[in-house]
Amino acid sequence: MIKFENLAISFGKLNVLKGINASFDAGKIICIIGPNGSGKTTMIKCLLGMTIPNSGRILFDGKPIVGEELYRKEIGYMPQIGRYPDNMTIGQIIAMMKDLRNEVTQLDETIFEQFQIQAMLQKKMRTLSGGTTQKVSAGLAFLFNPKVLVLDEPTAGLDPSAAEILKQKILKAKQDGKLVLITSHIMSEIDEMADEILYMQEGNVLFHKNIEQLKAETGQTKLGRAILKTINPVVA
Amino acid sequence: MMKIAKYVVWNILRSKIILAYTLFLFAVAFGTFSFESDVSKSIASLMSIVLIIIPLVSIIFTTIYFYNSSEFIELLMAQPISRKKIFFGEYLGVGTSMLCAYLIGIALPVIIYSADAVGFTLIASGACLTLVFVSLAFFASVLTRDKAKGIGISLMIWFYFSIIYDAIVLGVMFAFSDYPLERVMVLLSSFNPIDLSRILILLKLDISALMGFTGAVYKDFFGNSNGIIFSIAMQMIWIVLPLFSAFRIFRRKNW
Repeated sequence: MIKFENLAISFGKLNVLKGINASFDAGKIICIIGPNGSGKTTMIKCLLGMTIPNSGRILFDGKPIVGEELYRKEIGYMPQIGRYPDNMTIGQIIAMMKDLRNEVTQLDETIFEQFQIQAMLQKKMRTLSGGTTQKVSAGLAFLFNPKVLVLDEPTAGLDPSAAEILKQKILKAKQDGKLVLITSHIMSEIDEMADEILYMQEGNVLFHKNIEQLKAETGQTKLGRAILKTINPVVA
Repeated sequence: MMKIAKYVVWNILRSKIILAYTLFLFAVAFGTFSFESDVSKSIASLMSIVLIIIPLVSIIFTTIYFYNSSEFIELLMAQPISRKKIFFGEYLGVGTSMLCAYLIGIALPVIIYSADAVGFTLIASGACLTLVFVSLAFFASVLTRDKAKGIGISLMIWFYFSIIYDAIVLGVMFAFSDYPLERVMVLLSSFNPIDLSRILILLKLDISALMGFTGAVYKDFFGNSNGIIFSIAMQMIWIVLPLFSAFRIFRRKNW
């Protein structure tokens, strides 16, 4: 469904992505992990067209995304740190997004209901805590029922019950045949949800494997140890 | 694009700065007309305001607005909306708001007190200058990510067109005073939208005699319909050129 081909990006002298190849299929949850600054967020921003690659291309349903925008109808994006016009209220933001998208698709407002956002519609964005902002971001990502969900550290900053609600929602999305791309640092959470792991290091893909295969190859039952053993067999 | 522009206008109106600006212009325009019985003198004083304040406020307000709307732009980027629509929607929104403020603040009193050729030249020039400096602000804003730097660049642009450019032109005139520079002066003044506006208004006020022989050449050139078409075309170029240069950068910009 989504394919990265030799994607390379540099910001000035800094090579952030050094020729990434990867492909992702529908109906799977794929976790992108790696150390801070390894290029995970940049990779996601490329997929969304927010960052423009120096070379290589990204195919969405077989079509290159360069200069296109309609493919983004099929993507729900939850940023790591959601930034919203801070003098607007939650209600105004949601209404504006609906108005701008103006789509006939069935809206999915379950997240807003479960997070009880409805009770906070009058609150201004600048008065919200980080966690509440994350809840709004999550709700917006799922709102238009997209085929692909791109979630950049979705549970970071959420309270435990909200994180659980979001996890259930992600698993449900997978059952509905959607593709979910997640970046995360929380191993237990990845172990619970992910089907595949893509490990990034210094702008390269170190490996991209099925989670069961990874555990079998390393003979580990815990995902964290399995990954450690793959990237550094001596330490593990 | 219209929808984006609608949200931009709505957002600007809520900040109330634009209302203060409109009131300020209105008070100044009304004041100059009330305190001076000679309408052409009022127009002359109003001209100085239009040529200095309008460009300054347009460029600074727009630059600050553009940086403050980075969250809004980022939000739209992840949606199925092209960068072209985002960019020109923003321009349409900011341009409309600034233009409305100007039309209510300056054009309205001018129409009330001096609805003649001079008045309309003043109104048209100020409207062009508003759009020119909003364009220049967009250009300054896409050059750098740093808000302080962006405002600095905007101030420099305003400073250049308001003061430095004229100083350079004067310097050229002195240095080459032995040569017939009149035609060159016509050319030089069209490279500055503020000068262009000033010449058009002064010509309509019919005090071009004060500008000496160059004034006669100006009158000869800008006084006829070809000259007016030329100056309108130049103003349009001053709106379009910075705007499209800005768009070229914006299209490839990383967020």
